[in-house]
This record gives sequence, C-alpha cells and structure tokens, in this order.
Amino acid sequence: MSAHSGKWTRPPFIANPYLRWATYIGALVYFVWVGATIPIDWERVVAGVERAGRIFGGAFPPSFERSGLLIDGFLESIKIAILATAGGVVLSIPIAFMAARNVAPLPIFYIGRAIIIVARSFHPVIVAIIFVKAVGFGPFAGVLTLIVYSVGFVAKMLAERIEEIDFGQVEAMRAAGAPYLSTLFYAIFPQIMPRQIGLTIYQLDSNLRASAVVGIVGAGGIGATLANAFGRYDYDFAFAITIVIVAAILVSEGVSGYIRKRLA
Amino acid sequence: MLKITDLVKRYGGGEPVLKDLNLTIEGESVVSIIGSSGAGKSTLLRCINRLVEPTSGSIVLNGTELTDLRGAKLRAARRKIGMVFQGFNLVDRLTVMENVQSGRLGYISTYAAIMRRYPKKDIRRAFELMERVGIAQYANVRADQLSGGERQRVGVVRALMQDPEILLADEPTASLDPKTSEQIMGLLRDLAGELKLPVLINIHNVTEAKQYTDRIVGMRYGRIIFDDLPTKLDQDAMDRIYSGSPHADRGGEMKAAS
Repeated sequence: MSAHSGKWTRPPFIANPYLRWATYIGALVYFVWVGATIPIDWERVVAGVERAGRIFGGAFPPSFERSGLLIDGFLESIKIAILATAGGVVLSIPIAFMAARNVAPLPIFYIGRAIIIVARSFHPVIVAIIFVKAVGFGPFAGVLTLIVYSVGFVAKMLAERIEEIDFGQVEAMRAAGAPYLSTLFYAIFPQIMPRQIGLTIYQLDSNLRASAVVGIVGAGGIGATLANAFGRYDYDFAFAITIVIVAAILVSEGVSGYIRKRLA
Repeated sequence: MLKITDLVKRYGGGEPVLKDLNLTIEGESVVSIIGSSGAGKSTLLRCINRLVEPTSGSIVLNGTELTDLRGAKLRAARRKIGMVFQGFNLVDRLTVMENVQSGRLGYISTYAAIMRRYPKKDIRRAFELMERVGIAQYANVRADQLSGGERQRVGVVRALMQDPEILLADEPTASLDPKTSEQIMGLLRDLAGELKLPVLINIHNVTEAKQYTDRIVGMRYGRIIFDDLPTKLDQDAMDRIYSGSPHADRGGEMKAAS
C-alpha cells in the first residue's frame, strides 16, 4: 500500500487535546496555589528544629529504669491484640459469607458489604476515641476498637477469597442433595482455610502494631504508657518504649511472614 | 425410568438451548449423548438434577416430577441422581474418604458431617466401592495427591455413595488421557451392569461412545436428531450431528419462524 513515514508516537493518555491540556494546566495551577496559600510560618519551623533537638537530646540514652511499667504495658498490648484478633476473626467469617456475591442472596450481600464499608471507613484512632468515650479509658476500649478494625480487613479479604472459589465443588455437593450448611463446610471452608489462617496471623501482627497507636488516645496498652511518658517529658523512657515497639513489630512481622509462607 | 417431555431451556431472552426435547431412558441401559460444543448436552444433564433450571417441560424420574420440586424435596430427589463431572469437582484439600462420604451429605445431619461422624454402614460401603474401583489404599490421602484417573474414580465412587437411581456423567473422560479415559468408560459400563443403574454420559469421543454404550443420542443445537444403537451411527448420521455452524443453523430457523 502507501509508504510509511517511519514516525510513530504513542497515543496520548487523554485523547481530547483540549481536555488534556486543561488537565495538565489545572493540576499545575492548583499545586502552585496550594503552595502559595498554605500557612507555613518559617520562624516556627526554625524554633521547632531547636525543640526537636532538645527532645532527641533528652531521649539519649534511652532509659530502661522503669522497665516494669514497660513490660506491663506491653503485655497488655499483646492481650488486646490477641483478644481483638480472636473476636474480629470470629465475627469476620459470617460477615464474609454475607458479603460474598456468589454465595449470598442480594439483600444479604448488601448488608454484609455495608458492615465492611462502615468498619473500614474510620481509622482505628477515630474508632478508639468513640469507644473510649463509650466504655471509658483502658484496654477494653482498645479491644473493641481493634475488633472493628479486624472485621474491616479480614471480612473484606475473606469475602474476596470466597468469591474466587472453584464453584464446581459446591455444585458437586448440591448435586448430591447436601443441605446448605453441609455444603458450606465441605465445599467452601476447605478452599478458604489457608487464606483464613494467613489472614488471622497477619491480623494479629497488624493489631499488635495498631494497639500501640490506639493506646495513645486512651485505649490501653503500650500506647498509653508511651503517651504518659511524653506527657511527663520523660523522653528517655519514651525512646526506650519506641525501641521495644519497633523490635516487637520486627519480630512479629518476621514470624508471621514465615508462617504465612509455609502455609502456601 | 427417566422420561423427559417437551423440555425447553432458554438463557435470558435468546434462542433456546434446548428445544422441545423428548427423551426416555429405560432400565439399566448406558446411553451416550454426542454432539458438538454448544449443542446443549451439558444443559440437558444439568436440567435433570436442576443444577440448571428448565424453562418449561417435564422430567420424571421413577414417578417423581423433578421440575417443580423445591427445598428439602429437591434435595431428596437429588440424592437419587448421581453426577460425575468433567473436572472431577473433588474437594482438593479433603481426604479421599471425606470426598467419598460427601456423596452422603444429603442423608446425614450437618452436625455428623462437620464432626466426620459417618455411619458405620456408609464407611463399609465406601470401602467396598473404593476397593471395587481400586482406590481403597488412598482413603486417607488428600484428593489433590491423586492422578487424573484416580481422581475420577473418587468422583464415581462419590456419586455411587448416593445410592442413586440414575447416574449422570458430564464428559467424565474429557480431562483424561486416552488410556485412562477408556478405563473410566469401561468402569462406568461395568458398574451400570453390576448395580443395575441407568447411566447417561455426555461424551465427545465417538469411538468410546460406540464401544462402551448401549445407545447413542445425537444432539444438534438443542434437538435430538439421532437416537439409535451404536452400530446404526454411520457417516451420514455423524455428518448431520457434527456439520454446520450454530450461526447457519439459527439463521435457517429464523427464516422458518418468520
């Protein structure tokens, strides 16, 4: 046919040139405007650096003098994480079945998805503030918070796994005249079990991390100890707590990663 | 006896997949259904145990009308219809014994099923059948450790555990190598004779259909256009069953309809 010019350019991401340039210029203008209008007080930044220097100076060397307090806080965090994981996972299983399109009738599916969306839409810290108001300071508020947090994650991931199952196994049970629950236990549970265990271990690890954060707003555990240390300007103790938290998270991540790898 | 009368299955608003289909299976005969992909073989089989809902028509198995059953009555009827699948549909992560006993799920309580408290006679029956097909040594092995032929044997035993009045096999050998495929076909034929069980087999392999079954039903785009002894299946009949495209077929029908 006709001779080719040998030139080729990749089709642009946005085909309409007006829309394309409007998007580029609009984005650029917005960034410039944000940069120009956000209130940054440079004097305070300088003062802040000075203050940060004082805090870090006070933090060295880390003090393990009150390690009894540290250990108590930490054991409480572990208790919170374990209770919340157990409660969250137990609640997640029925919710996941409700929220899986291939096994739940449509109205139930919407209810299941709604529960997951609500559980996921608030950061644990916000949920913790609400529960601390509701049941008072302490680990119980932390457990409730992390149960909500666990349901949001575990139920969602589990529902997605249920939607991916090999449906032939379900058909085989149905063809044999198996009742609903028997079908669930024979054709679906064995398929989702490895993911279920993996998610539980991951969630335990994740809850341990989150329990340190929600503790800061009063929901018990090592986070409460940390918040107190800061409040009393015990920066060296706060630093010691931080080191222990980081170490514990490294260990728990290593262990959970190892177990999950072996599961596959 | 299985008697299908005027069976119609239509998915959505399109052309029916099964068009006023009539078929009667009597006694303990082994019947194969052949036809190209899309002829409706699989839909026909699945309408019988209601994995697919028939649009209209009647299916009667030993005096029970299957098409209007619901809930517990449907489950009770399904217990009497064994099914063997192309992809085996075993629960990979369960043992062979658990897979075999899953054929009894319609008979035992959910609690007994979950706790694996199978009745003694079911366990005895399972071992008998597993010995018959040569997989008894795998009772405690996970189903995904077995070869294709062994897995299909598990599938057959699971269906037979239902104590069925008819056995449906939806391309039971399509995922198997030729040699294993012949073994499974031979097994289905022999078991049908031993258990006095009618068997309905969807199959692509016409040679095997001729060799292992008593009667061949040829389907083409939702209709039965051949139904006779295997020896009567000549080249002309084969051409009628397998020639043409669905498009040409449907085009002709639309003209006829208008």
